[in-house]
Amino acid sequence: MIPPQFEYYAPTSVDDAVALLSRFNGEAKVLAGGHSLLPLMKLRLAAPSVLVDINRIDGLSYIREEGGHLKIGATTRTNDLLDSALLHRSYPILTDAAQEIADPLVRNLGTVGGNVCHGDPGNDLPACMMALGAVYALAGPEGPRTVPASQFYKDTFVTAVEPTELLVEVRIPQAVTRQGSAYHKIEKRVGDFAMAGAAARVVLDDSGNVTAAGIGLTGVGATAIHAAKAAAALVGQPADDAHLLQAAKIAQEESEPMSDLRGPAEYKRAMAGVLTHRVLSRAVARAKGGA
Amino acid sequence: MAATARPVTPAAALTTSGAPTTKIHITVNGQLLSADVEPRTLLVYFLREVLGLTGTHVGCDTTNCGACTVHLDGRPVKSCTVLAVQANGRKVTTVEGLEVGGKLSPVQQAFYEEHGLQCGFCTPGMMMTATALLARNPNPSDAEVRDAIRGNLCRCTGYVNIVKAIKAAGKKMQETPPAGGGA
Repeated sequence: MIPPQFEYYAPTSVDDAVALLSRFNGEAKVLAGGHSLLPLMKLRLAAPSVLVDINRIDGLSYIREEGGHLKIGATTRTNDLLDSALLHRSYPILTDAAQEIADPLVRNLGTVGGNVCHGDPGNDLPACMMALGAVYALAGPEGPRTVPASQFYKDTFVTAVEPTELLVEVRIPQAVTRQGSAYHKIEKRVGDFAMAGAAARVVLDDSGNVTAAGIGLTGVGATAIHAAKAAAALVGQPADDAHLLQAAKIAQEESEPMSDLRGPAEYKRAMAGVLTHRVLSRAVARAKGGA
Repeated sequence: MAATARPVTPAAALTTSGAPTTKIHITVNGQLLSADVEPRTLLVYFLREVLGLTGTHVGCDTTNCGACTVHLDGRPVKSCTVLAVQANGRKVTTVEGLEVGGKLSPVQQAFYEEHGLQCGFCTPGMMMTATALLARNPNPSDAEVRDAIRGNLCRCTGYVNIVKAIKAAGKKMQETPPAGGGA
């Protein structure tokens, strides 16, 4: 299968990329890892007349802590997450997710920016970013702006990014002491999109009470779901199993799954609860210093 | 760079008459080449149809099976989901680039000796993934080998011997100094 014809541009700066996106207002698509876009084009589900390849822009691939944030550049490859000792140590939710994304060959090209920007409810990183309280930094003709992950996803394949804008960075509040996080999904085949997935972050005080929490869900709605009520119910409570189960039950109620080839809605809803409980338990164990 | 590149001409089947093309320079198996390609040309078709390097197979053509695996700057990728223009200025290694001086690489030799193939269709991709794995981790466990080849499907289900071959190659490479091998 060969994709339909398109004009190809490979700008070497963010400014040039934004200028191209403005010039072809609405007609151009950004090409990052290409592992969602090119299959869609080969199947004729997408036929953009212009591709703006951002892989030639230097300085868009990095993972670093700076100014109170963990910053991840848009063209950082999924496998770069797995190679990061910093992430394994302080943000294991992201290495959990990376390990479960597709397969190692896909992860060599698929990018963090593409995963969070594509808007497929089956993408794994959006729920993680919601749990972590991340914001996305966008560059556009009107200048830079940021959008919280929790407000970014409007509908399936519809996000807050304007056709003239480029996501350049994901910013995550820097990990604090006694913070733990985890991600897990279930899939029909290894490497497939999630039937359901859950992401959690908790921060504990020294007596084991939850001082902050975030929960995100994958594959159980039209977009990734920010389970804000479930997370709020945990704050101020002891991180014991009864409270984690209660939060998981609320997250289950916040899910909005549809029946499809990946499973019936009732099953996915039940799994949203089961998985939320599992990742909360794992996050709490990690916050207490376990793995 | 352009001055020393060997120009190659895309096959008629890969060009649409009158369609705009982009000039690319790619180092394939150590040789710098230049070509004018349509931007929509996929790397796997550029390798097979333009360069005649048919060792790289097209299997599913949907980013699932890994038969088309090649190295892009040393990392294994599925070449059915990479545009040739994305490889501009970069190094591509195909299965034809594994042998050195007419001798099979340790991975190729081990697939032969351990019977790491049945029909052979997945084998080029398997060997490219194995070569990249062993360059990073010369002594992988069974679990690490199986995790590394998650993106390469063998429809003969010959995984036991594939895993044996990859581990045997790793052992051989540790015993003898590397003589190249494409990674």
